[in-house]
Amino acid sequence: MKRKIPLIITFAVGTLLILSEFIPHKPFGRLSGELENWFLIISGFAIILGQLSLFKVNIIKIKRKTPNWQYFIITLVSFMIMVLIGIFWGTEKNPGIFGNGQIIVDTIGYKPFDYLFHNVYQHLQATMFSLLAFFIASAAYRAFIARTVESNLLLFAAILVMLGNTSLGSSLTGWLPHSLSFLHLPRISEFIMKYPNTAGQRAIMIGAGLGIIGSSLRIILGIERSYLGGK
Amino acid sequence: MKKILLFFLFVFPMIIFAQDLELKARDNPNDDGSAIKLNYKINLDVARLILERRGEHTEYNELAVLELESSGLIDGEEIEAGRSYYYRLTAYDLEGNILAQAETKATAQAQWFNTNKISLLVMSIILIAAIIYYILSARRGKELYIRKIAGLESMDESVGRATEMGRPILYIPGTLDIDDMQTIAGLTILGKLAQKAAEYDAELIVPVNKSMVLSTAKEVVKEAYLKAGRPDAYKADSVFYLTDDQFGYVAGVDGIIIREKPAANFFLGAFYAESLILAETGFSSGAIQTSGTAMPSQLPFFVVACDYTLIGEELFAASAYLSKDPQQLGSLKGQDLGKAIFVVLLIAGVIMEMTGIHFLKDLLTIH
Repeated sequence: MKRKIPLIITFAVGTLLILSEFIPHKPFGRLSGELENWFLIISGFAIILGQLSLFKVNIIKIKRKTPNWQYFIITLVSFMIMVLIGIFWGTEKNPGIFGNGQIIVDTIGYKPFDYLFHNVYQHLQATMFSLLAFFIASAAYRAFIARTVESNLLLFAAILVMLGNTSLGSSLTGWLPHSLSFLHLPRISEFIMKYPNTAGQRAIMIGAGLGIIGSSLRIILGIERSYLGGK
Repeated sequence: MKKILLFFLFVFPMIIFAQDLELKARDNPNDDGSAIKLNYKINLDVARLILERRGEHTEYNELAVLELESSGLIDGEEIEAGRSYYYRLTAYDLEGNILAQAETKATAQAQWFNTNKISLLVMSIILIAAIIYYILSARRGKELYIRKIAGLESMDESVGRATEMGRPILYIPGTLDIDDMQTIAGLTILGKLAQKAAEYDAELIVPVNKSMVLSTAKEVVKEAYLKAGRPDAYKADSVFYLTDDQFGYVAGVDGIIIREKPAANFFLGAFYAESLILAETGFSSGAIQTSGTAMPSQLPFFVVACDYTLIGEELFAASAYLSKDPQQLGSLKGQDLGKAIFVVLLIAGVIMEMTGIHFLKDLLTIH
Protein backbone atom coordinates (compact mmCIF):
# COMPACT_ATOMS: atom_id res chain seq x y z
CA MET A 1 0.00 0.00 0.00
CA LYS A 2 2.91 2.31 0.82
CA ARG A 3 4.06 1.90 -2.79
CA LYS A 4 0.65 1.64 -4.46
CA ILE A 5 -0.76 5.00 -3.39
CA PRO A 6 2.14 7.07 -4.83
CA LEU A 7 1.96 5.00 -8.02
CA ILE A 8 -1.78 5.64 -8.38
CA ILE A 9 -1.27 9.37 -7.76
CA THR A 10 1.58 9.47 -10.30
CA PHE A 11 -0.52 7.68 -12.92
CA ALA A 12 -3.57 9.88 -12.38
CA VAL A 13 -1.67 13.18 -12.32
CA GLY A 14 0.59 12.21 -15.22
CA THR A 15 -2.33 11.17 -17.42
CA LEU A 16 -4.31 14.28 -16.51
CA LEU A 17 -1.39 16.54 -17.36
CA ILE A 18 -0.89 14.90 -20.76
CA LEU A 19 -4.62 15.32 -21.48
CA SER A 20 -4.61 18.91 -20.27
CA GLU A 21 -2.08 19.78 -22.97
CA PHE A 22 -4.84 19.20 -25.54
CA ILE A 23 -7.91 20.34 -23.58
CA PRO A 24 -8.15 24.09 -23.05
CA HIS A 25 -11.55 23.81 -21.25
CA LYS A 26 -11.61 24.43 -17.51
CA PRO A 27 -10.28 22.91 -15.28
CA PHE A 28 -7.82 21.10 -17.59
CA GLY A 29 -6.33 24.21 -19.22
CA ARG A 30 -5.04 25.63 -15.96
CA LEU A 31 -4.12 22.34 -14.32
CA SER A 32 -0.43 22.57 -15.16
CA GLY A 33 -0.13 26.10 -13.73
CA GLU A 34 -2.06 25.12 -10.61
CA LEU A 35 0.19 22.13 -9.96
CA GLU A 36 3.24 24.32 -10.43
CA ASN A 37 1.85 26.56 -7.68
CA TRP A 38 1.41 23.51 -5.46
CA PHE A 39 5.01 22.57 -6.13
CA LEU A 40 6.19 26.05 -5.13
CA ILE A 41 4.24 25.85 -1.87
CA ILE A 42 5.65 22.42 -1.03
CA SER A 43 9.21 23.44 -1.92
CA GLY A 44 8.81 26.54 0.27
CA PHE A 45 8.13 24.32 3.27
CA ALA A 46 10.87 21.90 2.23
CA ILE A 47 13.48 24.66 2.61
CA ILE A 48 13.32 24.05 6.37
CA LEU A 49 14.44 20.45 5.77
CA GLY A 50 17.45 21.72 3.86
CA GLN A 51 18.40 24.16 6.59
CA LEU A 52 18.06 21.49 9.26
CA SER A 53 20.29 19.19 7.20
CA LEU A 54 22.87 21.98 6.83
CA PHE A 55 22.92 22.53 10.58
CA LYS A 56 23.02 18.86 11.50
CA VAL A 57 25.84 17.94 9.12
CA ASN A 58 27.99 20.93 10.09
CA ILE A 59 27.44 20.55 13.84
CA ILE A 60 28.39 16.87 13.66
CA LYS A 61 31.60 17.78 11.84
CA ILE A 62 32.45 20.45 14.41
CA LYS A 63 31.71 18.09 17.30
CA ARG A 64 33.87 15.33 15.84
CA LYS A 65 36.60 17.85 15.02
CA THR A 66 36.98 16.42 11.51
CA PRO A 67 39.85 17.91 9.47
CA ASN A 68 39.26 21.60 8.63
CA TRP A 69 36.40 21.75 11.15
CA GLN A 70 36.92 25.51 11.55
CA TYR A 71 35.41 26.07 8.08
CA PHE A 72 32.13 24.55 9.23
CA ILE A 73 31.92 27.11 12.03
CA ILE A 74 32.31 29.86 9.44
CA THR A 75 29.43 28.34 7.42
CA LEU A 76 27.11 28.26 10.41
CA VAL A 77 28.07 31.71 11.67
CA SER A 78 27.60 33.24 8.18
CA PHE A 79 24.24 31.51 7.88
CA MET A 80 23.08 32.75 11.29
CA ILE A 81 24.27 36.32 10.65
CA MET A 82 22.33 36.56 7.37
CA VAL A 83 19.19 35.00 8.86
CA LEU A 84 19.22 37.14 12.01
CA ILE A 85 19.91 40.51 10.40
CA GLY A 86 17.27 39.67 7.81
CA ILE A 87 14.77 39.00 10.60
CA PHE A 88 15.81 42.04 12.67
CA TRP A 89 16.00 44.78 10.03
CA GLY A 90 14.46 43.15 6.98
CA THR A 91 15.58 43.30 3.39
CA GLU A 92 15.46 46.04 0.71
CA LYS A 93 11.67 46.39 0.58
CA ASN A 94 10.51 44.51 3.65
CA PRO A 95 10.93 45.81 7.21
CA GLY A 96 12.18 43.47 9.94
CA ILE A 97 10.96 43.09 13.53
CA PHE A 98 13.08 46.12 14.55
CA GLY A 99 11.80 48.16 11.60
CA ASN A 100 14.08 49.41 8.84
CA GLY A 101 17.14 50.17 10.99
CA GLN A 102 17.23 53.77 9.79
CA ILE A 103 20.32 54.66 11.89
CA ILE A 104 22.27 51.82 10.30
CA VAL A 105 20.98 52.77 6.83
CA ASP A 106 22.15 56.38 7.41
CA THR A 107 25.60 55.13 8.48
CA ILE A 108 26.39 52.43 5.92
CA GLY A 109 23.98 53.35 3.13
CA TYR A 110 22.12 50.05 3.09
CA LYS A 111 20.12 47.86 5.40
CA PRO A 112 22.57 45.39 7.05
CA PHE A 113 21.23 42.44 5.02
CA ASP A 114 21.52 44.34 1.73
CA TYR A 115 24.95 45.66 2.71
CA LEU A 116 26.28 42.13 3.16
CA PHE A 117 24.45 40.97 0.05
CA HIS A 118 26.01 43.67 -2.15
CA ASN A 119 29.45 43.80 -0.56
CA VAL A 120 30.14 40.19 0.38
CA TYR A 121 27.77 37.73 -1.21
CA GLN A 122 27.80 39.18 -4.74
CA HIS A 123 31.59 39.37 -4.79
CA LEU A 124 31.95 35.80 -3.63
CA GLN A 125 29.54 34.74 -6.34
CA ALA A 126 31.41 36.72 -9.00
CA THR A 127 34.69 35.16 -7.83
CA MET A 128 33.34 31.65 -8.33
CA PHE A 129 31.90 32.57 -11.71
CA SER A 130 35.14 34.11 -12.92
CA LEU A 131 36.96 30.85 -12.22
CA LEU A 132 35.13 29.62 -15.29
CA ALA A 133 37.38 31.68 -17.57
CA PHE A 134 40.51 29.87 -16.34
CA PHE A 135 38.82 26.48 -16.46
CA ILE A 136 37.68 27.11 -20.05
CA ALA A 137 41.29 27.87 -21.01
CA SER A 138 42.65 24.67 -19.44
CA ALA A 139 39.80 22.55 -20.83
CA ALA A 140 40.14 24.07 -24.31
CA TYR A 141 43.87 23.38 -24.28
CA ARG A 142 43.23 19.69 -23.60
CA ALA A 143 40.38 19.48 -26.12
CA PHE A 144 42.40 21.05 -28.91
CA ILE A 145 45.44 18.80 -28.65
CA ALA A 146 45.68 17.16 -32.09
CA ARG A 147 45.66 13.41 -31.49
CA THR A 148 43.00 11.84 -33.66
CA VAL A 149 41.15 12.79 -36.83
CA GLU A 150 38.18 13.96 -34.72
CA SER A 151 40.30 16.15 -32.46
CA ASN A 152 42.02 17.60 -35.54
CA LEU A 153 38.63 18.47 -37.01
CA LEU A 154 37.59 20.03 -33.71
CA LEU A 155 40.81 22.03 -33.55
CA PHE A 156 40.40 23.22 -37.14
CA ALA A 157 36.74 24.22 -36.63
CA ALA A 158 37.59 25.97 -33.34
CA ILE A 159 40.40 27.98 -34.96
CA LEU A 160 38.04 29.08 -37.75
CA VAL A 161 35.28 30.07 -35.30
CA MET A 162 37.66 31.91 -32.96
CA LEU A 163 39.43 33.74 -35.79
CA GLY A 164 36.10 34.59 -37.40
CA ASN A 165 35.01 36.32 -34.22
CA THR A 166 38.07 38.57 -34.01
CA SER A 167 39.14 41.61 -36.00
CA LEU A 168 42.30 39.70 -36.96
CA GLY A 169 40.24 37.04 -38.72
CA SER A 170 38.27 39.68 -40.50
CA SER A 171 41.39 41.48 -41.73
CA LEU A 172 43.12 38.22 -42.76
CA THR A 173 40.52 37.46 -45.43
CA GLY A 174 39.16 40.98 -45.96
CA TRP A 175 41.07 41.29 -49.26
CA LEU A 176 39.19 38.39 -50.89
CA PRO A 177 37.22 39.39 -54.02
CA HIS A 178 33.41 39.42 -53.83
CA SER A 179 33.15 36.12 -55.75
CA LEU A 180 35.15 34.41 -52.96
CA SER A 181 33.45 36.18 -50.07
CA PHE A 182 32.08 32.85 -48.82
CA LEU A 183 35.67 32.12 -47.71
CA HIS A 184 35.76 35.24 -45.56
CA LEU A 185 36.54 34.01 -42.02
CA PRO A 186 33.62 35.72 -40.24
CA ARG A 187 31.28 34.12 -42.78
CA ILE A 188 32.83 30.69 -42.30
CA SER A 189 32.55 31.14 -38.54
CA GLU A 190 28.91 32.17 -38.87
CA PHE A 191 28.23 29.17 -41.13
CA ILE A 192 29.78 26.71 -38.65
CA MET A 193 27.78 28.14 -35.75
CA LYS A 194 24.53 28.46 -37.67
CA TYR A 195 24.39 25.10 -39.46
CA PRO A 196 26.59 22.21 -38.24
CA ASN A 197 26.56 23.45 -34.63
CA THR A 198 22.81 24.12 -34.52
CA ALA A 199 22.10 20.81 -36.28
CA GLY A 200 24.16 18.93 -33.69
CA GLN A 201 22.46 20.72 -30.79
CA ARG A 202 19.01 20.03 -32.22
CA ALA A 203 19.84 16.35 -32.69
CA ILE A 204 20.76 16.18 -29.00
CA MET A 205 17.59 18.04 -28.07
CA ILE A 206 15.36 15.73 -30.14
CA GLY A 207 17.04 12.71 -28.53
CA ALA A 208 16.64 14.25 -25.08
CA GLY A 209 12.99 15.06 -25.81
CA LEU A 210 12.32 11.46 -26.79
CA GLY A 211 14.20 10.34 -23.69
CA ILE A 212 11.98 12.54 -21.52
CA ILE A 213 8.84 11.08 -23.15
CA GLY A 214 10.15 7.53 -22.60
CA SER A 215 11.15 8.19 -18.98
CA SER A 216 7.84 9.96 -18.25
CA LEU A 217 5.88 7.03 -19.65
CA ARG A 218 7.90 4.54 -17.61
CA ILE A 219 7.16 6.58 -14.48
CA ILE A 220 3.46 7.17 -15.30
CA LEU A 221 2.91 3.48 -16.08
CA GLY A 222 4.72 2.48 -12.87
CA ILE A 223 7.45 0.53 -14.68
CA GLU A 224 10.19 2.81 -13.38
CA ARG A 225 9.93 3.10 -9.60
CA SER A 226 13.45 3.82 -8.45
CA TYR A 227 12.56 7.48 -7.81
CA LEU A 228 10.36 6.15 -4.99
CA GLY A 229 13.39 4.45 -3.55
CA GLY A 230 12.48 0.90 -4.62
CA LYS A 231 12.75 -1.28 -7.70
CA MET B 1 -39.60 68.14 -40.65
CA LYS B 2 -37.25 68.63 -37.75
CA LYS B 3 -36.87 64.85 -37.37
CA ILE B 4 -36.11 64.44 -41.07
CA LEU B 5 -33.50 67.17 -40.85
CA LEU B 6 -31.95 65.55 -37.79
CA PHE B 7 -31.91 62.22 -39.60
CA PHE B 8 -30.07 63.70 -42.57
CA LEU B 9 -27.70 65.66 -40.38
CA PHE B 10 -26.61 62.90 -37.94
CA VAL B 11 -27.94 59.43 -38.57
CA PHE B 12 -27.65 59.26 -42.37
CA PRO B 13 -23.96 60.27 -42.46
CA MET B 14 -23.27 57.73 -39.73
CA ILE B 15 -24.84 54.96 -41.79
CA ILE B 16 -22.71 55.92 -44.77
CA PHE B 17 -19.55 56.23 -42.68
CA ALA B 18 -20.28 52.95 -40.91
CA GLN B 19 -19.55 51.15 -44.13
CA ASP B 20 -16.05 52.56 -43.90
CA LEU B 21 -15.49 50.96 -40.54
CA GLU B 22 -15.94 47.25 -40.01
CA LEU B 23 -15.75 45.41 -36.71
CA LYS B 24 -16.05 41.66 -36.31
CA ALA B 25 -15.93 39.78 -33.03
CA ARG B 26 -15.87 36.05 -32.44
CA ASP B 27 -14.85 33.63 -29.77
CA ASN B 28 -11.07 33.18 -29.66
CA PRO B 29 -10.60 29.59 -30.82
CA ASN B 30 -8.79 26.84 -28.87
CA ASP B 31 -8.92 28.47 -25.47
CA ASP B 32 -10.79 28.10 -22.19
CA GLY B 33 -13.33 30.78 -23.08
CA SER B 34 -11.28 33.57 -21.61
CA ALA B 35 -10.81 35.65 -24.77
CA ILE B 36 -12.64 37.16 -27.72
CA LYS B 37 -10.98 37.80 -31.05
CA LEU B 38 -11.69 41.13 -32.73
CA ASN B 39 -10.93 42.15 -36.28
CA TYR B 40 -11.40 45.64 -37.65
CA LYS B 41 -11.02 47.34 -41.00
CA ILE B 42 -10.83 51.09 -41.64
CA ASN B 43 -11.37 52.66 -45.03
CA LEU B 44 -11.17 56.19 -43.65
CA ASP B 45 -8.51 58.68 -42.76
CA VAL B 46 -8.86 58.57 -38.97
CA ALA B 47 -6.77 59.95 -36.11
CA ARG B 48 -7.91 57.71 -33.26
CA LEU B 49 -9.76 54.45 -32.83
CA ILE B 50 -11.44 53.76 -29.51
CA LEU B 51 -12.76 50.33 -28.62
CA GLU B 52 -15.44 50.02 -25.97
CA ARG B 53 -16.99 46.96 -24.37
CA ARG B 54 -20.09 46.18 -22.36
CA GLY B 55 -21.78 43.14 -20.92
CA GLU B 56 -25.44 42.11 -21.35
CA HIS B 57 -26.91 44.78 -19.06
CA THR B 58 -24.07 47.21 -18.47
CA GLU B 59 -22.84 50.48 -19.97
CA TYR B 60 -20.01 50.77 -22.47
CA ASN B 61 -16.54 51.23 -20.99
CA GLU B 62 -13.40 52.14 -22.89
CA LEU B 63 -11.32 49.03 -23.46
CA ALA B 64 -8.42 50.17 -25.61
CA VAL B 65 -7.09 52.75 -28.01
CA LEU B 66 -6.44 50.67 -31.11
CA GLU B 67 -3.43 50.92 -33.35
CA LEU B 68 -4.28 52.24 -36.78
CA GLU B 69 -1.69 50.02 -38.48
CA SER B 70 -3.06 46.88 -36.89
CA SER B 71 -6.22 45.03 -37.84
CA GLY B 72 -6.91 42.75 -34.92
CA LEU B 73 -6.94 42.39 -31.16
CA ILE B 74 -7.53 39.60 -28.69
CA ASP B 75 -9.56 40.77 -25.72
CA GLY B 76 -8.65 38.65 -22.72
CA GLU B 77 -9.59 41.13 -20.01
CA GLU B 78 -12.02 39.60 -17.52
CA ILE B 79 -13.83 37.55 -20.12
CA GLU B 80 -15.97 34.72 -18.80
CA ALA B 81 -16.91 31.65 -20.79
CA GLY B 82 -20.57 31.47 -21.84
CA ARG B 83 -21.16 35.24 -21.56
CA SER B 84 -21.95 37.64 -24.40
CA TYR B 85 -20.01 40.85 -24.87
CA TYR B 86 -20.85 43.89 -27.00
CA TYR B 87 -18.10 45.89 -28.67
CA ARG B 88 -18.28 49.38 -30.12
CA LEU B 89 -15.53 50.83 -32.26
CA THR B 90 -15.47 54.58 -32.79
CA ALA B 91 -13.27 56.41 -35.27
CA TYR B 92 -12.31 60.03 -34.50
CA ASP B 93 -10.69 62.72 -36.62
CA LEU B 94 -7.97 65.09 -35.40
CA GLU B 95 -10.52 67.46 -33.84
CA GLY B 96 -12.14 64.65 -31.92
CA ASN B 97 -15.27 64.43 -34.07
CA ILE B 98 -16.83 61.04 -34.56
CA LEU B 99 -16.25 59.89 -38.12
CA ALA B 100 -17.76 56.46 -37.89
CA GLN B 101 -18.97 53.85 -35.46
CA ALA B 102 -19.39 50.08 -35.64
CA GLU B 103 -20.90 47.68 -33.16
CA THR B 104 -20.85 43.92 -32.80
CA LYS B 105 -21.43 41.12 -30.32
CA ALA B 106 -19.70 37.84 -29.48
CA THR B 107 -20.04 35.06 -26.94
CA ALA B 108 -16.96 33.53 -25.32
CA GLN B 109 -16.84 29.76 -25.36
CA ALA B 110 -14.47 27.19 -23.94
CA GLN B 111 -13.29 24.42 -26.27
CA TRP B 112 -12.74 20.81 -25.35
CA PHE B 113 -9.98 20.25 -27.86
CA ASN B 114 -7.19 22.48 -29.12
CA THR B 115 -7.25 21.91 -32.88
CA ASN B 116 -3.87 23.67 -33.24
CA LYS B 117 -2.27 20.71 -31.53
CA ILE B 118 -3.59 17.93 -33.77
CA SER B 119 -0.13 17.22 -35.18
CA LEU B 120 1.32 17.08 -31.65
CA LEU B 121 -1.43 14.70 -30.58
CA VAL B 122 -0.84 12.42 -33.59
CA MET B 123 2.92 12.38 -32.98
CA SER B 124 2.41 11.75 -29.26
CA ILE B 125 0.01 8.88 -29.94
CA ILE B 126 2.47 7.28 -32.40
CA LEU B 127 5.35 7.63 -29.93
CA ILE B 128 3.38 6.42 -26.93
CA ALA B 129 1.97 3.50 -28.95
CA ALA B 130 5.48 2.55 -30.11
CA ILE B 131 6.87 2.65 -26.58
CA ILE B 132 3.94 0.68 -25.14
CA TYR B 133 4.18 -1.87 -28.01
CA TYR B 134 7.84 -2.55 -27.26
CA ILE B 135 7.18 -2.71 -23.51
CA LEU B 136 4.52 -5.35 -24.15
CA SER B 137 6.82 -7.19 -26.59
CA ALA B 138 9.53 -7.29 -23.92
CA ARG B 139 6.98 -8.51 -21.39
CA ARG B 140 6.15 -11.38 -23.75
CA GLY B 141 9.81 -12.34 -23.71
CA LYS B 142 11.07 -10.88 -27.01
CA GLU B 143 14.85 -10.41 -27.07
CA LEU B 144 15.82 -6.76 -27.45
CA TYR B 145 19.24 -5.52 -28.42
CA ILE B 146 20.40 -2.36 -26.66
CA ARG B 147 23.79 -0.94 -27.60
CA LYS B 148 26.41 -0.65 -24.88
CA ILE B 149 26.75 2.71 -23.15
CA ALA B 150 30.37 3.08 -22.05
CA GLY B 151 29.60 5.59 -19.29
CA LEU B 152 27.24 3.16 -17.58
CA GLU B 153 29.40 0.10 -18.16
CA SER B 154 32.13 1.93 -16.25
CA MET B 155 30.05 2.32 -13.10
CA ASP B 156 31.43 -0.92 -11.61
CA GLU B 157 34.94 0.23 -12.45
CA SER B 158 34.39 3.56 -10.69
CA VAL B 159 32.91 1.99 -7.56
CA GLY B 160 35.64 -0.66 -7.54
CA ARG B 161 38.33 2.01 -7.85
CA ALA B 162 36.85 3.96 -4.95
CA THR B 163 36.75 0.82 -2.81
CA GLU B 164 40.34 -0.10 -3.61
CA MET B 165 41.61 3.40 -2.92
CA GLY B 166 39.53 3.73 0.25
CA ARG B 167 38.16 7.05 -0.97
CA PRO B 168 34.55 8.16 -1.34
CA ILE B 169 32.32 8.45 -4.41
CA LEU B 170 30.87 11.90 -5.08
CA TYR B 171 27.45 12.07 -6.72
CA ILE B 172 25.83 15.31 -7.95
CA PRO B 173 22.22 14.92 -9.21
CA GLY B 174 22.28 18.24 -11.10
CA THR B 175 21.37 21.69 -9.90
CA LEU B 176 17.66 21.84 -10.76
CA ASP B 177 14.74 20.86 -8.58
CA ILE B 178 12.79 17.61 -8.53
CA ASP B 179 10.30 18.92 -11.13
CA ASP B 180 12.97 18.58 -13.81
CA MET B 181 13.13 15.24 -15.61
CA GLN B 182 16.94 15.32 -15.65
CA THR B 183 17.01 15.47 -11.85
CA ILE B 184 14.66 12.49 -11.67
CA ALA B 185 16.90 10.62 -14.13
CA GLY B 186 19.90 11.55 -11.97
CA LEU B 187 18.18 10.25 -8.85
CA THR B 188 17.21 6.94 -10.46
CA ILE B 189 20.85 6.38 -11.42
CA LEU B 190 21.84 7.35 -7.87
CA GLY B 191 19.70 4.45 -6.62
CA LYS B 192 21.63 1.95 -8.75
CA LEU B 193 24.99 3.48 -7.83
CA ALA B 194 24.17 3.56 -4.12
CA GLN B 195 23.29 -0.14 -4.28
CA LYS B 196 26.65 -0.91 -5.86
CA ALA B 197 28.42 1.29 -3.33
CA ALA B 198 26.66 -0.60 -0.53
CA GLU B 199 27.70 -3.95 -2.03
CA TYR B 200 31.32 -2.85 -2.39
CA ASP B 201 31.25 -1.03 0.97
CA ALA B 202 32.34 2.23 -0.62
CA GLU B 203 31.54 5.60 0.94
CA LEU B 204 29.04 7.76 -0.93
CA ILE B 205 28.77 11.56 -0.68
CA VAL B 206 25.69 13.25 -2.16
CA PRO B 207 25.61 17.03 -1.67
CA VAL B 208 22.41 18.54 -3.08
CA ASN B 209 21.25 22.10 -3.67
CA LYS B 210 17.49 21.73 -3.41
CA SER B 211 15.55 20.67 -0.32
CA MET B 212 13.07 18.58 -2.29
CA VAL B 213 15.94 16.74 -3.96
CA LEU B 214 17.43 16.17 -0.50
CA SER B 215 14.35 14.32 0.76
CA THR B 216 14.09 12.19 -2.40
CA ALA B 217 17.82 11.44 -2.59
CA LYS B 218 17.88 10.37 1.07
CA GLU B 219 15.00 7.98 0.48
CA VAL B 220 16.57 6.61 -2.72
CA VAL B 221 19.96 5.96 -1.06
CA LYS B 222 18.38 4.45 2.07
CA GLU B 223 16.28 2.04 -0.01
CA ALA B 224 19.33 1.13 -2.11
CA TYR B 225 21.28 0.15 1.00
CA LEU B 226 18.32 -1.86 2.25
CA LYS B 227 18.06 -3.60 -1.10
CA ALA B 228 21.76 -4.41 -1.05
CA GLY B 229 21.24 -6.02 2.37
CA ARG B 230 23.46 -3.45 4.06
CA PRO B 231 21.09 -1.17 6.02
CA ASP B 232 23.75 -0.89 8.74
CA ALA B 233 26.19 0.70 6.27
CA TYR B 234 23.77 3.51 5.39
CA LYS B 235 24.82 6.88 6.78
CA ALA B 236 21.99 9.41 6.94
CA ASP B 237 24.49 12.25 6.64
CA SER B 238 25.92 10.99 3.37
CA VAL B 239 23.14 12.89 1.59
CA PHE B 240 23.12 16.50 2.69
CA TYR B 241 22.04 19.97 1.66
CA LEU B 242 24.55 22.70 0.84
CA THR B 243 22.77 25.74 -0.55
CA ASP B 244 20.25 26.73 -3.22
CA ASP B 245 22.67 29.28 -4.63
CA GLN B 246 24.35 28.16 -7.86
CA PHE B 247 27.89 29.33 -7.18
CA GLY B 248 27.67 28.82 -3.44
CA TYR B 249 26.89 25.20 -4.26
CA VAL B 250 29.82 25.02 -6.66
CA ALA B 251 32.13 26.42 -3.98
CA GLY B 252 30.85 23.82 -1.51
CA VAL B 253 31.26 20.90 -3.90
CA ASP B 254 34.70 22.07 -5.04
CA GLY B 255 35.69 22.24 -1.38
CA ILE B 256 34.53 18.65 -0.90
CA ILE B 257 36.49 17.53 -3.98
CA ILE B 258 39.66 19.23 -2.75
CA ARG B 259 39.34 18.04 0.88
CA GLU B 260 37.89 14.55 0.49
CA LYS B 261 39.58 13.72 -2.83
CA PRO B 262 36.86 11.34 -4.09
CA ALA B 263 38.05 8.48 -6.28
CA ALA B 264 35.02 8.76 -8.55
CA ASN B 265 32.81 11.70 -9.40
CA PHE B 266 29.36 11.46 -10.97
CA PHE B 267 27.67 14.55 -12.40
CA LEU B 268 24.32 13.34 -13.67
CA GLY B 269 21.41 15.74 -14.09
CA ALA B 270 20.78 19.30 -15.23
CA PHE B 271 23.73 21.67 -15.15
CA TYR B 272 24.40 25.24 -16.20
CA ALA B 273 27.60 27.33 -15.91
CA GLU B 274 28.76 25.28 -12.94
CA SER B 275 29.38 22.18 -15.11
CA LEU B 276 32.94 23.04 -16.13
CA ILE B 277 33.96 24.39 -12.72
CA LEU B 278 32.87 21.12 -11.10
CA ALA B 279 34.27 18.85 -13.81
CA GLU B 280 37.64 20.64 -14.04
CA THR B 281 38.11 20.60 -10.27
CA GLY B 282 37.29 16.90 -10.34
CA PHE B 283 39.75 16.38 -13.18
CA SER B 284 42.52 18.16 -11.29
CA SER B 285 41.90 15.90 -8.27
CA GLY B 286 42.55 12.84 -10.47
CA ALA B 287 39.12 11.26 -9.97
CA ILE B 288 37.50 9.02 -12.57
CA GLN B 289 34.58 11.11 -13.78
CA THR B 290 31.23 10.22 -15.34
CA SER B 291 28.86 12.95 -16.41
CA GLY B 292 25.54 13.21 -18.18
CA THR B 293 23.15 15.97 -19.04
CA ALA B 294 20.58 16.96 -21.61
CA MET B 295 21.81 20.56 -21.67
CA PRO B 296 23.42 20.82 -25.13
CA SER B 297 25.46 23.89 -24.18
CA GLN B 298 27.10 22.11 -21.22
CA LEU B 299 27.92 18.85 -22.97
CA PRO B 300 31.19 20.03 -24.60
CA PHE B 301 32.53 20.97 -21.15
CA PHE B 302 31.71 17.55 -19.74
CA VAL B 303 33.12 15.76 -22.80
CA VAL B 304 36.43 17.57 -22.34
CA ALA B 305 36.76 17.22 -18.58
CA CYS B 306 35.19 13.82 -17.87
CA ASP B 307 36.19 10.28 -18.71
CA TYR B 308 32.68 9.24 -19.71
CA THR B 309 29.75 11.40 -20.76
CA LEU B 310 26.12 10.43 -21.20
CA ILE B 311 24.79 12.60 -24.01
CA GLY B 312 21.18 13.74 -23.84
CA GLU B 313 18.95 10.71 -24.19
CA GLU B 314 21.58 8.37 -22.68
CA LEU B 315 20.98 10.06 -19.33
CA PHE B 316 17.29 9.13 -19.49
CA ALA B 317 18.10 5.64 -20.77
CA ALA B 318 20.57 5.00 -17.94
CA SER B 319 18.05 3.82 -15.39
CA ALA B 320 16.44 1.34 -17.80
CA TYR B 321 19.87 0.23 -19.02
CA LEU B 322 21.19 -0.42 -15.54
CA SER B 323 18.04 -2.16 -14.32
CA LYS B 324 18.25 -4.74 -17.17
CA ASP B 325 14.49 -5.01 -16.71
CA PRO B 326 13.03 -6.13 -20.09
CA GLN B 327 10.02 -3.82 -19.72
CA GLN B 328 12.20 -0.78 -19.21
CA LEU B 329 14.52 -1.81 -22.03
CA GLY B 330 11.44 -2.17 -24.24
CA SER B 331 10.64 1.50 -23.72
CA LEU B 332 14.10 2.35 -25.06
CA LYS B 333 13.31 0.45 -28.27
CA GLY B 334 10.12 2.48 -28.56
CA GLN B 335 12.18 5.66 -28.32
CA ASP B 336 14.41 4.37 -31.12
CA LEU B 337 11.37 3.91 -33.33
CA GLY B 338 10.38 7.48 -32.51
CA LYS B 339 13.84 8.58 -33.57
CA ALA B 340 13.49 6.72 -36.88
CA ILE B 341 10.16 8.48 -37.49
CA PHE B 342 11.81 11.84 -36.79
CA VAL B 343 14.65 11.08 -39.21
CA VAL B 344 12.17 10.17 -41.98
CA LEU B 345 10.10 13.29 -41.29
CA LEU B 346 13.18 15.52 -41.25
CA ILE B 347 14.46 14.17 -44.58
CA ALA B 348 10.99 14.40 -46.14
CA GLY B 349 10.56 17.91 -44.74
CA VAL B 350 13.90 19.11 -46.11
CA ILE B 351 13.15 17.66 -49.58
CA MET B 352 9.62 19.11 -49.63
CA GLU B 353 10.77 22.55 -48.51
CA MET B 354 13.52 22.56 -51.14
CA THR B 355 10.95 21.73 -53.81
CA GLY B 356 8.62 24.47 -52.59
CA ILE B 357 5.99 22.19 -51.02
CA HIS B 358 5.15 23.46 -47.54
CA PHE B 359 2.49 20.89 -46.67
CA LEU B 360 4.56 18.97 -44.09
CA LYS B 361 5.88 22.12 -42.41
CA ASP B 362 2.36 23.55 -42.15
CA LEU B 363 1.02 20.24 -40.85
CA LEU B 364 3.60 19.90 -38.10
CA THR B 365 3.80 23.54 -37.02
CA ILE B 366 2.16 24.14 -33.65
CA HIS B 367 0.56 27.58 -33.64
